[in-house]
Amino acid sequence: MSSSPAGRRTATTAVASAASESRRRAARRAERLFGAVVRTAAFAAILAIVLIFVFVGREALPLLRQGQAPGHGEEIVSWASLAGPTTYPDRPPRYVWQPVSAVPKYNLLPLVVGTLKTTLVAILFAGPLAVLAAILTSEFAPRWVSQVVKPTIELLAGIPSVVLGFFALMVLATWLQGLLGVRYRLNALTAGIGLGLAVIPIIYTVAEDALAAVPRSYREASYALGASRWETAVRIVVPAALPGIFAGVALGFGRAVGETMIVLMASGNAALATWPLTDSVRTLSATIAAELGEVVFGGPHYRVLFLLGVLLFVFTFAVNLAGELTVRRLRERLGGRA
Amino acid sequence: MEGGSNDATSVKVSARDLDVFYGSTQALHGISLDARANRVTALIGPSGCGKSTFLRSINRMNDLIPGMRRQGRILLDGADIHDPGVDVVDLRRRVGMVFQRSNPFPKSIYENVSYGPRIHGVSDRGTLDEIVRTTLEQAALWDEVKDRLGASALSLSGGQQQRLCIARALAVEPEVLLMDEPASALDPLATARIEELIHELKERYTILIVTHNMQQAARVSDTTAYFYLGRLVEVGPTAQIFTNPAKQETEDYITGRFG
Ligand SMILES: Nc1ncnc2c1ncn2[C@@H]1O[C@H](COP(=O)(O)OP(=O)(O)OP(=O)(O)O)[C@@H](O)[C@H]1O
Ligand SMILES: [Mg+2]
Repeated sequence: MSSSPAGRRTATTAVASAASESRRRAARRAERLFGAVVRTAAFAAILAIVLIFVFVGREALPLLRQGQAPGHGEEIVSWASLAGPTTYPDRPPRYVWQPVSAVPKYNLLPLVVGTLKTTLVAILFAGPLAVLAAILTSEFAPRWVSQVVKPTIELLAGIPSVVLGFFALMVLATWLQGLLGVRYRLNALTAGIGLGLAVIPIIYTVAEDALAAVPRSYREASYALGASRWETAVRIVVPAALPGIFAGVALGFGRAVGETMIVLMASGNAALATWPLTDSVRTLSATIAAELGEVVFGGPHYRVLFLLGVLLFVFTFAVNLAGELTVRRLRERLGGRA
Repeated sequence: MEGGSNDATSVKVSARDLDVFYGSTQALHGISLDARANRVTALIGPSGCGKSTFLRSINRMNDLIPGMRRQGRILLDGADIHDPGVDVVDLRRRVGMVFQRSNPFPKSIYENVSYGPRIHGVSDRGTLDEIVRTTLEQAALWDEVKDRLGASALSLSGGQQQRLCIARALAVEPEVLLMDEPASALDPLATARIEELIHELKERYTILIVTHNMQQAARVSDTTAYFYLGRLVEVGPTAQIFTNPAKQETEDYITGRFG
């Protein structure tokens, strides 16, 4: 047993290093475990999405094998009839979705038009409103107003879409008819605004967070240069929050494309490929919801409905991808990797 | 308490019996202090003694803080900045500010400097170009950025960002420049550049600077004011404060026997 200072020092160093070695090893193990859990979760999420797509796509796949011998004497829908107009001997050609008739007609255009019309109305209605509300509550309104308005709008997100659909169907449709004097109560405008009600809280919440995340120091710098509240909000805060605001709009867009119940209730569900917003429309999502329960399993109608599902999937994916890319570009421009 | 007795320049900013409260706590107690034109006035004192509060009172940035209350007067060229007729926008144009942490906008270098002139109504591109060039030159940044005025300000180094913030403040042609620890986050080389800059800038501006660095205060300032617990303990010519302060407290702080 050495009692010399040197001996004691080696002992303590050894103990310290042993302790820190085991602690370090434990930390490394915890970190590895945590990493594995995160990776597994992320992988599972991606796998689920891929599987859904594969399942939906597989059901629609036989449609893609045109020209090959159909199995089980199954009639196959031609590409021409999916994409092109139906021709009549005595009338001009029209784009028709009429899956249950003597001669079923599966033209997709009316449904795509219906989806685009309601979605655009929803975004044009909800986007400006939600972004303005976010700017007002985060930049201008007194504290207590924001504390009332913010939870109220966020509460809107919790309302079941069937309730919003009911409201659009009963109340909104009547108002709009009174206001515009249109013939059909249920149309793209009614459904779009109803959809907008579901989209507002999404855009608002994301945009509000983005505005709140703008550093206080930007605002201070602007005020210190003599800028007013208004100039600071418009020229500094909103541009700095733009990526987030845009992400909110893209998210709202995705929700509007896929939302089903509101359009099912308030759009009138007539598959018309026309321009006016006051015509009834039938959307991709509503068509799937309304018809999938009644089709012959494995039949052409069934396949076409799955094709609609694929279309919806591709739509939302494209919107989100475009949104993500734009957000990234905006961020890079602001962030100095220019 | 006057600055140097043989100092001929006029008083630009003066506080008279200034009290500032945040809610129920009083941050400043009866401050009376003069800052002379074309001179650098340094504010020193331990953390939390009210230096920033005093500085932010001069351009009324504290007005933005809920619960802030003020008594007493601040005169700019003899006129009270709290007079009902005073436009805060105009006051802040005349009294520029550089913050402790550089805070350029997430915009291009050019847009950062031209932002101030733009909001004050300059829209002619040629004029803006000229302002951007001259202020960047004044801030000793022009040579480093002249080829990439369109690049994001956030791509600059910390020291360059701080000089950009100085240029941005100068672009609205202020008369007074408030600097709250402008070099505290910078390396010695960048700090030296900023100090050099302050020397050049005082020919045109009245400068008030907060600093925790005693050597810096001694190097750059003409007048030094020592704050403690929200009170002004002592103010005088920098040379005198650092060699022969009137108060023991001041000497303790300066020599590092304190805080
Ligand atoms: N926004 C605020 N709300 C409430 N109290 C504040 C606020 N800002 C400052 N104070 C208080 O006022 C006092 C003075 O603060 P101030 O920031 O002026 O000090 P300082 O001298 O600049 O300190 P430092 O050297 O750390 O920057 C401190 O007690 C601080 O807690
Ligand atoms: Mg401070």
